[in-house]
Amino acid sequence: MKSRPASGIVDLAPTSSGWGVYARSLGNFWKVYRGSRFGVLGLAMLCFFVVEACVASSLAPYPPNQVSQDVLRPPSPMHLLGTNEVGQDILSQVLIGSQASLMVGFAASAISALVGSLVGLIAGYYGGLRDDALMRLTDIFLVIPALPLMVVLAAVIGPSLFSVILAIGVVGWTGTARVVRSQTLSVKELAFIESSRASGGSDFYILFNHVLPNVAPVIFSNTVLVIANAVLSEAVLTFLGLGNPNMISWGQMLQFAFTSGSVTSAWWYVVPPGLSIMLVVLAFSLTGYSLDEVFNPRVRKI
Amino acid sequence: MLLEVADLRTYYKTSRGLLKAVDGISFSLQKGEILGLVGESACGKTTLALSVVRLLPPAAKVVSGKVVLDGQDMLILTEDEMRAVRWKKASIIFQGALNSLNPVLPVKQQIAEAILAHEEIERREVEERIDRLFDAVGLEATRKENYPHEFSGGMKQRVMIAMALACNPQLVIADEPSTALDVIVQYQILELIRNLRDKLQISMILITHDLSVVAEICDKVAIMYAGKIVEFGDILEIFEKPKHPYTQALLKSIPKMEGARSQLSFIPGSIPDLTGEVPACRFYRRCPYGQKICEETEPRIEEADGHSVACHFWREIVS
Amino acid sequence: MDTEYVVKKVAQTLATIFFVLTFNFFLFRILPGNPFALLFRGPGFSREAVNLLNAQFGLDQPVWVQYIRYLENTAKGNLGLSYTTRAPVANMLFPRLMNSLVLLLTANVISIVIGIVLGIVSAWRRGGRTDLTLSASTLLLYSMPTFWLGLVLLFAGVVYFGLPVAGMTTLGANLTNWFDYVGDLLRHMVLPGLTLVLGLVGQYVLVMKGALLDVFTEDYMITARAKGISTQKLLWNHAMRNATLPIITLIAINLGLTVGGAIQTETVFSWPGIGLLTYQALLQRDYPMLQGCFLVIAIAVILANFVADLTYGYLDPRVRTG
Repeated sequence: MKSRPASGIVDLAPTSSGWGVYARSLGNFWKVYRGSRFGVLGLAMLCFFVVEACVASSLAPYPPNQVSQDVLRPPSPMHLLGTNEVGQDILSQVLIGSQASLMVGFAASAISALVGSLVGLIAGYYGGLRDDALMRLTDIFLVIPALPLMVVLAAVIGPSLFSVILAIGVVGWTGTARVVRSQTLSVKELAFIESSRASGGSDFYILFNHVLPNVAPVIFSNTVLVIANAVLSEAVLTFLGLGNPNMISWGQMLQFAFTSGSVTSAWWYVVPPGLSIMLVVLAFSLTGYSLDEVFNPRVRKI
Repeated sequence: MLLEVADLRTYYKTSRGLLKAVDGISFSLQKGEILGLVGESACGKTTLALSVVRLLPPAAKVVSGKVVLDGQDMLILTEDEMRAVRWKKASIIFQGALNSLNPVLPVKQQIAEAILAHEEIERREVEERIDRLFDAVGLEATRKENYPHEFSGGMKQRVMIAMALACNPQLVIADEPSTALDVIVQYQILELIRNLRDKLQISMILITHDLSVVAEICDKVAIMYAGKIVEFGDILEIFEKPKHPYTQALLKSIPKMEGARSQLSFIPGSIPDLTGEVPACRFYRRCPYGQKICEETEPRIEEADGHSVACHFWREIVS
Repeated sequence: MDTEYVVKKVAQTLATIFFVLTFNFFLFRILPGNPFALLFRGPGFSREAVNLLNAQFGLDQPVWVQYIRYLENTAKGNLGLSYTTRAPVANMLFPRLMNSLVLLLTANVISIVIGIVLGIVSAWRRGGRTDLTLSASTLLLYSMPTFWLGLVLLFAGVVYFGLPVAGMTTLGANLTNWFDYVGDLLRHMVLPGLTLVLGLVGQYVLVMKGALLDVFTEDYMITARAKGISTQKLLWNHAMRNATLPIITLIAINLGLTVGGAIQTETVFSWPGIGLLTYQALLQRDYPMLQGCFLVIAIAVILANFVADLTYGYLDPRVRTG
């Protein structure tokens, strides 16, 4: 049964050369990644949004905060996506909103990735009591429902950009921890780790120069998916009123749409921000899944 | 002749190209014979076994060839017809019985369903037959109510053997039946297989990578390398007068208990990637005697007194 | 059932609940401005109320005493007073929880049934049209925030189908007839229910399909095929028996996510459940109520997970017989 051949994948076989392996395999990596149509699509969408966020201020036809008399107007040549309840141009807001939504997504994911990786590495590498304790903690965080926890955290710190980022980051590390731990466990068994230990390498040295380079790809692909989740969470938290009302983000726009009672009348207010969220999350998801396929050959294509 | 396989080719479709796992294999098996099929991992042994009973995964296909079991051409049967044949004419014991039994069903049920799928008999008779099967393989009949995880590795393998014999098949294919077990249990299982063959006159194909296992119970041996049979013959012939370099190397690599101590010999290199460019003689790159002709022309199968070999230079090597 | 398994699960559950309680306690203490004190000296609380809370929660006592008091009070069901209603927090929680369950259970049952059926189809005809369409739609649905789906459905449902815009029942309608009442309830449940189902179904399909595909590649499936048994028996006795086990695990995991979706859905449709209560408490900065909601929701999910674990333990013979 074991003699079935595996499908073609990048052979990022762990070697003892640590970080050097990446310089050489980048070209190889792209060749394989390119083969996944969805992965390329996701990456293209991502690039589009990131670029758009960077040049949003120049693209926006109106200053997004500028109010006017044209209240709740449907899309027209003057306002391509119509206006909101205080006469602001929705297209401009959608364009600018990408900045906050993406930024929070990245920032929160950075926290999750950092915490999760640390937990996973320590638990996987040292094993024993540390592993047990950390895994218990991870299990607890997994069982406690995420949104209520984020809501309470953000509410208590006080609605703001910072509290949203922190709440998402603090709650989203568990997936990364599990994945990193599992990868660390398999890397730990490799021969060159033993030999490094035998030749007197300190734990920190081994972790940083041998274990981490081989775990990094998995952290990377997992984090992309974490970002997808973070963007979603940001939308929900700001929709519930936990963000900074002065910062334009897609979730914030939807919050105003909802609280101003415009939902049943102004579809142009509701659809664009939500659609944007969906496309960004889709982009990250597609990219993340494709990365997963490249780095983890045993992942079955769904 | 119970089983005749002629020029069988089974290819896998992979993302790297066509993998020719079984590439032109021919052999035959008489009633009551045990044929040993020997080769390294991934040489195509399991694919060959699965091809005979047509249990290949979706990515694999029998591209050409003939498989005739008890006068019936296996490859032209419909799936429904195949289902009637499976287990009744030919059953199969897989390696690593660890996961070959359904964990959520009691073993009795698993054996019973095999019987009931092919014969119309009463529950009571089924139970009795299971009791007898258990007895034949050396297990207590009361244990048939247990779940697979309640058995040890060796006992699970006995259950598998009992199940394989449930419909009184003419052919049993055993794919590495003892590999996943420790040495002592291994011996017991092989003993059991030999006894059963003696008592029931069943024909068997025993697939293994371990030559010593073959030496224990087989009548004939086929040495497989990278999808082809390189040598075939009577067991004593093969062990005493091996003709193919690969066979010789295999025999040499078995550590000896007697005699002076010497270094363990092994065969350098590994099986060629069968999706890419392969030399005409697959063993060329690892063969100590390889010449240019081996890379270009595929060696013909030459036979003498029931002992066949596929090598350009076997005469020179033997002498 | 294997007692070791049960004991382990009980211990884990208790540990988690304990963690949540402790977390809840300290969350409101470690922040600047000592909101913990604010919890019990809310705006508009009468002198007597403040004194009573002081006595009950020991606010002038050292931390560890307060902690003990807090645990005792929680066990007794005393979760403090709501800022907005000045009534005990606990009073509102239970009825609201029931309303939520009505919506959640209905949505979950429907999702599970549809999910299993579609999952089997997807796995059996892997790569077929149904499979691909389902995978694509699941990915899309998963990429959109639940509340936004709700908003879109709200717009479509109210404008094009004349469905109710909010609430669980029509306000003011005096429906004495049980039949009318259920009809009214169902009309109100359509949109929020649909929102939840669309969000949930995809996951059940994915897990059922994934579980089946995993099972298909297991060695015992090849053995079963080799025995020549019928395709039907193959699917039900062998594949499904093993594949439904992960579904139960998923149901447990989903409980946590369902709750998140429920909060969003109840907010959008003003469904008077515990999710909406959480939102309202948030808006009004009613910290005691917010804390109470969190506690109840968290503990409900933890307990549901526990029950799911026990059920799984019972159904999987490897665990059952130890």
